Amino acid sequence: MADYKEFLDKIDRKAYHEGEWQWQEGEYTVTRSTQYSAPGCHNSCGVLLYTKDGKLEKVEGDPLNPFNNGKLCMRCLNLVEAVNHPDRLKYPMKRVGKRGENKWERITWDEAFETIVGKVNYYRDNFGPESIVGVHGTGRNINWQIPLLFNAGVQTPNFTTLFFTGFACYLPRIIGCSAVIGDFMIVDASVGHEDRYLNKEWKVPGCVIIWGNDPLKSNADGFLGHWLVQCVQMGTKIISIDPRLTWWGARADVWLPVRPGTDAALAIGMLNVIIEEDLYDHQFVEKWTYGFEELAKRVKEYPVEKVADICGLKAEKIRQAARLFAKSKPAAVQWGLAFEQQISCTALILAVCDLCGITGNIDVPGGMLLVRHAFNAHRHYNCGVEHMPEETAKKKLNGAARGIQENNIVPTADTDVIVHAMETGEPYQIRMAWIQSSNSIACPAMDAPRALEALKKMEFVVVADPFMTPTAMAVADIVLPVGMGPERNSLRNWWTPLRAQSKVCSYYEAKGDEEIVVEFGKRLNPKAFPFENDIDMLNWYIGMDGDYEGTFEDLRAKTWEYWDWDATYYKYEKGLLREDGKPGFNTATGKLELMPLAYIEWGLDPLPFHTEPPESPVTTPDLYKEYPLILTTGARSYEFFHTEHRQLPTMREFHPDPLVQMHPDVAKAYGIKEGDWVWIENQRGRFKQRATITEGINPKVISAEHGWWFPEQDPENLYGVFDSNPNNLTEQGVKGPGGIGSPIKSMLCKIYKVEEGVNDLISPTEQVIKLGGFKHGK
Amino acid sequence: MANNDRKTYGILIDYTFCTGCHSCEVACKKELNLPEGQYGIKLTEVGPYQIDEDRWEWVYMPVITKQCNMCEERVAMGKLPSCVHHCQAWCMYYGPVEELAKKMNGKTRMTLITPQQ
Repeated sequence: MADYKEFLDKIDRKAYHEGEWQWQEGEYTVTRSTQYSAPGCHNSCGVLLYTKDGKLEKVEGDPLNPFNNGKLCMRCLNLVEAVNHPDRLKYPMKRVGKRGENKWERITWDEAFETIVGKVNYYRDNFGPESIVGVHGTGRNINWQIPLLFNAGVQTPNFTTLFFTGFACYLPRIIGCSAVIGDFMIVDASVGHEDRYLNKEWKVPGCVIIWGNDPLKSNADGFLGHWLVQCVQMGTKIISIDPRLTWWGARADVWLPVRPGTDAALAIGMLNVIIEEDLYDHQFVEKWTYGFEELAKRVKEYPVEKVADICGLKAEKIRQAARLFAKSKPAAVQWGLAFEQQISCTALILAVCDLCGITGNIDVPGGMLLVRHAFNAHRHYNCGVEHMPEETAKKKLNGAARGIQENNIVPTADTDVIVHAMETGEPYQIRMAWIQSSNSIACPAMDAPRALEALKKMEFVVVADPFMTPTAMAVADIVLPVGMGPERNSLRNWWTPLRAQSKVCSYYEAKGDEEIVVEFGKRLNPKAFPFENDIDMLNWYIGMDGDYEGTFEDLRAKTWEYWDWDATYYKYEKGLLREDGKPGFNTATGKLELMPLAYIEWGLDPLPFHTEPPESPVTTPDLYKEYPLILTTGARSYEFFHTEHRQLPTMREFHPDPLVQMHPDVAKAYGIKEGDWVWIENQRGRFKQRATITEGINPKVISAEHGWWFPEQDPENLYGVFDSNPNNLTEQGVKGPGGIGSPIKSMLCKIYKVEEGVNDLISPTEQVIKLGGFKHGK
Repeated sequence: MANNDRKTYGILIDYTFCTGCHSCEVACKKELNLPEGQYGIKLTEVGPYQIDEDRWEWVYMPVITKQCNMCEERVAMGKLPSCVHHCQAWCMYYGPVEELAKKMNGKTRMTLITPQQ
């Protein structure tokens, strides 16, 4: 077992200049910083950046930073290759050919500002700011900056992760969890404590369910997966719920290779066992929960045998998992993206909150820690919304007449409604798109070919990105070069600790997102942007409504600062959760609501239930005959973050091609061998990936990767962006109750070997670009 | 920690916990500036395969090549070899072999490697 004290004791603190944020080491300037995109994941690990003559030369993990203890994944280890990559966008450019043609002309930033501000003003004056759609990618180090630009600068109510139905990533877990518990929760792997695993109050989780994600590869949502490896070394037992055998499954006490899209049924089945066998925490349930009787009644409708049948699992294994989870003190659930990428999303979130609640694991050491953003600097997608005129805000394109969107719980607009407007001009025409930090057609866009067509209808498109992407090549009229992590002053307040990121180098004329936002903001709506520069804006952000008393410079001098609130347990007993300062949860009843009143308010069933995926062996047996495999997509790898890193030679050395995982029985049935290129097809389209064959997967399921494009290929063939894209098979507009969740991890498909000259006469990308999409099967 | 005491130094790997994350490989490639296809340390993999109803084998083990110099320069500065330093799974240790051998108590699966020095 790794001994954390021994690890800390052995660090040569002098060699690592403890207490300094910048120093000279021979010919290098070394800067203690954090790396929070671009490129990279949802975390911001501590790094030491070595620069010489204004160029990044080396990166080392900072062993003094308790967040990652000096450990780095290959993406940060390979940061130098990304930052100094010759293919990066060096200057602003305007298109001089037709869209899709690789013809560009360098322009100055002044011309870019003038043109883009001119266009924004033109559309605002003539059609209203709502005719401009702002597009952001996954919530990394843009998740308050770009909202500020769109909310307060452009002042459009329509900004969104475009083409991504059902808010199908993370946001629903936050909303659902808040409905039940009043706050959000994460596995307590000691992240709240600066002394981490040595903290006297902290306990090793007895059991963690790794559910619907592989946190080692995804490190999603501010949670480093490898923290849990340290917990396993300290004794944590694992339950793995995943159709794929992951590192966790291979080491688990119980692996449940669930049928994709049936997780809610499984969670309810586990609740049934725990309640029926009287394994729940009576004291907590009686004192701190609301709606237990109703929940107990509901779960009776889900006997374990029935659940086993729905999920394709053995009943005894479900019982075993439920008992292990309930009897382990403390226990926790590391939940993942699969929660949103199924139709049962809101019910599943509710059921898993219930599991954590009735077993008494909320806000206990080593259980599910209630967390807020460090020092309460909490503005994110709503940042700057106070600068939007009320009349404009009302024009936000929302979905359901009642429910979560109608309540404006989600700050972003509903993508399905926006796409409808882009395509039809109803209820009004969208004319301009500004895409910053999203490679839309390569990643989030469900029905990616449809997304391309919708974007082509825009009169004017701006794309801001570190690289020329398929999305920019296809539709941008102006591209703006974006700075990477080491090229921006920034800060990180997602969970804890509060962290500074320092600008140590620059690449040609690329600007960090903060600089871009300040410079455009000042020109678009000067009143809302009274900032001299990026640091000025960071000081405003950090002190706006948070409790941090220092400035960005103060924070930079320390690089990170811990916040007591996130380190405190049993906050509901201590009156730390509610505005009135009384004990209890931050819900209407003050209790943990097993039957959440907010769900009732939103028109949702307040008790968990199972819904079959819209396409499944049960729902559509005829379709299943034609498409006899279940396709789950979005499998992560160590090398890449979504569409990033594909142009880096080191990453492609380790992972040259997109991979589709399948069981040996499946491979045999279809005559497929390891490494064969395979077509994956449904009634909406097809794509190809290379087969990798493993016993470690549910034999009814295949698992494909996402985010692939090929920077080495022809730009005018959009870098082959549709060739290996599972979003040729997905659909927009199919969503769960409340407009939440989308069934993209539980589609049906068939597979067959790619045969050169026989069934590969036209590539999917050519089919989309030249023929307008997929015609077969309809 | 510096390797100037004439002891034999080694790298201990508690491969029970190796996740196959490639951090050691990339850290090393960057430290030694190795070209494509060359490594100072390289992972091998066995599995996954099912042993019985409840048990799987799926294990990684890094092999250290003759290009490894156990990061002489880093060690001289008081730092750990880059692979050990960056190992995300907390499964690598560097030190005199006598000290490392004491960790080998049979409770987890370990291997002790001594590159030529």
